[in-house]
Amino acid sequence: MTARAVESWTLQPLTDFVREASVRLVLLMTPAGQVLAQSGFSRAVDVMSAAALGAAIVASTGELAKQLRQPPFAALNHQGHRHGIFLSTFPMSHGTIVVLAVYDLDVSSLGLVQLFYEQLAADLKAASPKGSVPKQVLAADFERELSESLNTLFGR
Amino acid sequence: MNHTLDLVTRVRGVRGAMIVSADDGLVVAEQLMEGIQGSAVAALEAGLAGRLRRAMEAAGIGASVFWHLQADQGTLLVVPAASGMLVVAVAEPDVNIGLVRLELLRAGEAIA
Repeated sequence: MTARAVESWTLQPLTDFVREASVRLVLLMTPAGQVLAQSGFSRAVDVMSAAALGAAIVASTGELAKQLRQPPFAALNHQGHRHGIFLSTFPMSHGTIVVLAVYDLDVSSLGLVQLFYEQLAADLKAASPKGSVPKQVLAADFERELSESLNTLFGR
Repeated sequence: MNHTLDLVTRVRGVRGAMIVSADDGLVVAEQLMEGIQGSAVAALEAGLAGRLRRAMEAAGIGASVFWHLQADQGTLLVVPAASGMLVVAVAEPDVNIGLVRLELLRAGEAIA
């Protein structure tokens, strides 16, 4: 399974997470849906869809938590017949990271994903470049940024 | 659930006992001594349960009823219960395996 990263420091923690938790697909992204790294996706359109949907879920559950006067939900898990979807966020020094993981129930479990997710968060915090300024994406640059990210993620 | 785990933890040499959901690897109930990472044991145990089940099916020898994993500094004993739960004991290497097995089987019946 191929992992690709726009932000190269995310690659090793992501690769370790995929191997340890036996997850099928993973996206690391910002709450705005900007993809930092992916593993297991074969088409750019799938990455775009998953990132948009994941970011939308994070935004809507965050808003729901606000309505309930609660802190944001720590994680969301959806379990189907054959696959599970795990979506969670954690804070980093230069912003929040969203992790979206899809796992096969035959080879992994929520417990395993949760266990190695904690390790992933710790590894990403340790690997992130210190003192870096977050890159702001303006609306005018969005399409170009998206195109460049997808080219990197799919090795074009 | 805690009364069920009492059956197991009262055996001399048992460091802890857990009831784990085999499908998702989450802890349902636990009585563990300090230093045992219950959620990690549960997650890895459930992963092992899935692989063992498939191995048993492939070998055509039916479902497993008891596992005994011996390590240098301890022993892991597991009984899969009919309810889709695993009853797990973490014990000293020189624990009375037969007695723990008996209590795990009783605990498994109690939560079935």
